[in-house]
Amino acid sequence: MPDHTRPAGPTTGPTTGPTTGPTTGPPAATGPLARREARLAWSLLAPTLFAVAAVVILPLLAVFWISVKPVQLADLRAPAPVAREDLRGRPEAAGDEATLRYRLRNSSQDQTISRVALTDIWTDGLTAREIDPRCTLEGSHFRCNFGDWEGGYRETLEIPVIVDQAYFDNGTDVDATAVILTGDAQSVLTSNDFTLGNFRAIFDGGEFWSVLGVTLFYTVFGTIGTLVAGLFAALLLNHSFRGQGILRGLYLFPYVAPVIAVAFAWLLLLDPFSGSLNALLVQMGVTGAPINFFGQKPLALVTVTAFEIWRYFPLSFLFILARMQSIDTDMYEAAEMDGASPFQKFWYLSLPMLLGILSVLFLLRFIWTFNKFDDIFLLTGGNAGTRTLTVNVYEQSFALSNIGAGAAVAVVIFGCLLLFSVFFFKFISREEGL
Amino acid sequence: MLRHGYVTAPVLGALWMIIVATTVSVAMSFATGAAFRPSVIGALLLGALLGVAALHLQSLRTTPALGVVATGVLLAMGVGPAVTGIGVSFLSLALTALAIGIGFGWPLARFVQDMPTGHLTRHEFEGALIQFLMATGYIVFTAIVVIPFYVMVMTSLKNQAELIQNPLDFSIDLSQGWGLFRSYIELIRDFRFGEYLWTSFYISVLTVLITLAFAIPGAYAVARLRFRGRALFSRSILLIYMVPMIVLALPIYIAFSMTGLRNSIAGIVMIYPVTTIPVALYMLQGYFRGLPAEIEEAGLMDGLTRLQVIWKITMPLSLPALASVSLYVFMIAWNEFLLAFMLLDDPSKFTLTRGIASLNSSEIPRQHLMAGSVIATLPIMAIFLGLERFMTKGLTAGSVKG
Repeated sequence: MPDHTRPAGPTTGPTTGPTTGPTTGPPAATGPLARREARLAWSLLAPTLFAVAAVVILPLLAVFWISVKPVQLADLRAPAPVAREDLRGRPEAAGDEATLRYRLRNSSQDQTISRVALTDIWTDGLTAREIDPRCTLEGSHFRCNFGDWEGGYRETLEIPVIVDQAYFDNGTDVDATAVILTGDAQSVLTSNDFTLGNFRAIFDGGEFWSVLGVTLFYTVFGTIGTLVAGLFAALLLNHSFRGQGILRGLYLFPYVAPVIAVAFAWLLLLDPFSGSLNALLVQMGVTGAPINFFGQKPLALVTVTAFEIWRYFPLSFLFILARMQSIDTDMYEAAEMDGASPFQKFWYLSLPMLLGILSVLFLLRFIWTFNKFDDIFLLTGGNAGTRTLTVNVYEQSFALSNIGAGAAVAVVIFGCLLLFSVFFFKFISREEGL
Repeated sequence: MLRHGYVTAPVLGALWMIIVATTVSVAMSFATGAAFRPSVIGALLLGALLGVAALHLQSLRTTPALGVVATGVLLAMGVGPAVTGIGVSFLSLALTALAIGIGFGWPLARFVQDMPTGHLTRHEFEGALIQFLMATGYIVFTAIVVIPFYVMVMTSLKNQAELIQNPLDFSIDLSQGWGLFRSYIELIRDFRFGEYLWTSFYISVLTVLITLAFAIPGAYAVARLRFRGRALFSRSILLIYMVPMIVLALPIYIAFSMTGLRNSIAGIVMIYPVTTIPVALYMLQGYFRGLPAEIEEAGLMDGLTRLQVIWKITMPLSLPALASVSLYVFMIAWNEFLLAFMLLDDPSKFTLTRGIASLNSSEIPRQHLMAGSVIATLPIMAIFLGLERFMTKGLTAGSVKG
């Protein structure tokens, strides 16, 4: 990428030429100085490496792991034993009989919990008449060992008790101290249960290919549209006139504003029932009936692509403008002398000079549009034929509650991405090296 | 054939009139809510006639004046370049005539300036055409950028009933005084938007600080120090921020659900910086490389350690770059939606973007949604306009990220 795309290429920073490489020590490969320098470098990088590993590398590995696991959204909470405690029989005076009841269950319907144990501290003034053989009572400490619970296990443990005066005196309820239940459960996430079902689920039927088709349409046209609009905007602003600064700031608004704000503004503007644009179109006689921009099958995809172009043209416009302003004006003067017309100058001089930045932008925008999630999610939620791969991750994971399938889609995205980046780096290193 | 003064001028005039008449009609509709629409035939005819006139007049004053008069007369007759519905006030009619006349006449006079009445050279023809295209471009780009924001702001100042009655009527009743801002007041009073604003603000600031704390040493190491794997490292930084957020959000959601970090500001503050560190590191290392190494060497000679050099020499020298990076990171954190949406469920911990998402329900009137959007947009716009120089630099440098 050319220098001007950095915050300070040689044009803005103090300029004493490119200085890379070591600033101390001889260039010896394993000298003590070099070693110390490398050590320092790694220690400076360590926090970043740690953070990136924790939030990027680990999750990526996790995605691969989950994609081959039969995980549903509900499985995220590990199965746990649950207990409710109450005192039945409405004791009214000392010496009354009552029943202390523990309602126990396994929170999971299909997972076994092993070695379930219960601990509770009884309120003063309760005397057990008879205790379940699995349980012991030492003073006020009540303990039980239940062994293994199958999935969906339920039990009501009832202990007949005699209520003493002390119970009424201290006035606390039996469940004042929480019942503690422990048990070993294996979450699907950590078990040795693997499946290819997730991949089968997403590739099954024609759905995957239509999703891929939508993604490609959105990506290709979104990218090209962004570049073309950006090129036009840059041409418009590549003159100095009064108000140029204001206009340039204005044209960046769509990119700088929060996506959620502008997405809702678009939704409102294009609403078929009370949207201003539809009202305008009807009034001007362009269309007889309001158009449902985000609800009709082929149109919704075009609209979200238009939104993508609208939102990201500022970015390519900024890049292209920066490149344009660095083109030497002498060349244009020479061409002028030779009698080149304005269009010829653009076609034969400007465009070739811009080709480098345009292709870099194309690749970057292509990858980023491919990865885009928020925009479509907010505009249509992936309905009306706008479901892209990224929206599909969300759809599978949360709408269909199949986290495993969502992860499988994510793996597919990651695969595409790797493919792009191989291409990207091959190209970029040829293209003046990022 | 086209390259003839008497052909080019009327053709450009006719096309330009269509554009101006449409623009003014749209603007007047949006401003008053009354029915304005361009009349294609009227616009074409008037435009062509005025094109010829402008070619003859060759004046930047007389042509617009003629435009205003002609448009005014035709508008009054009801055939003009724009036609209106019933009950449009005289004032708005006059305003329309004025806007069309000047908006049409002045640029047209520029298009045909120094154009001969006979055969045109390629230069003259393309010059006029380019001016026409540029003028069209300004109008189109400005309109598509401004309209959504205009709708956003104006909707937030109206009420549901007015909006449904006439979706085009964005005129606001100034006599209400502060009542105009009732959506904002309700949002802050009943929907805790004041809190969200503060939450968003301090999360963004924390994100900036943490990002810089990680990225400055990292960027310095990549830019200045020699170690094995440096080239690989500076490349893989780029690779990292090409990983789509949704791919990472899924396992992060799972991990946070299991560790109880979901629904906590701490979790958000842990995650946001990591999404911005690679960008910041990449931007900063580019800048550090451009700094002269000699000053740092002098510092080392004088007995400073590397860390002192970074703190006392490199950082003060790179303040502009730090400002750009901070602004850019602030913008990313402020605008972030996906993670906030997935990880925050508790209304007491929402960020602004998450708060707006919670307003998106059929029970909450639309002006609240738009008022929320304005509340989220205004601060970032204000910062952006105030510090545009840094922001633009930051955008170009960091916008490898989308």
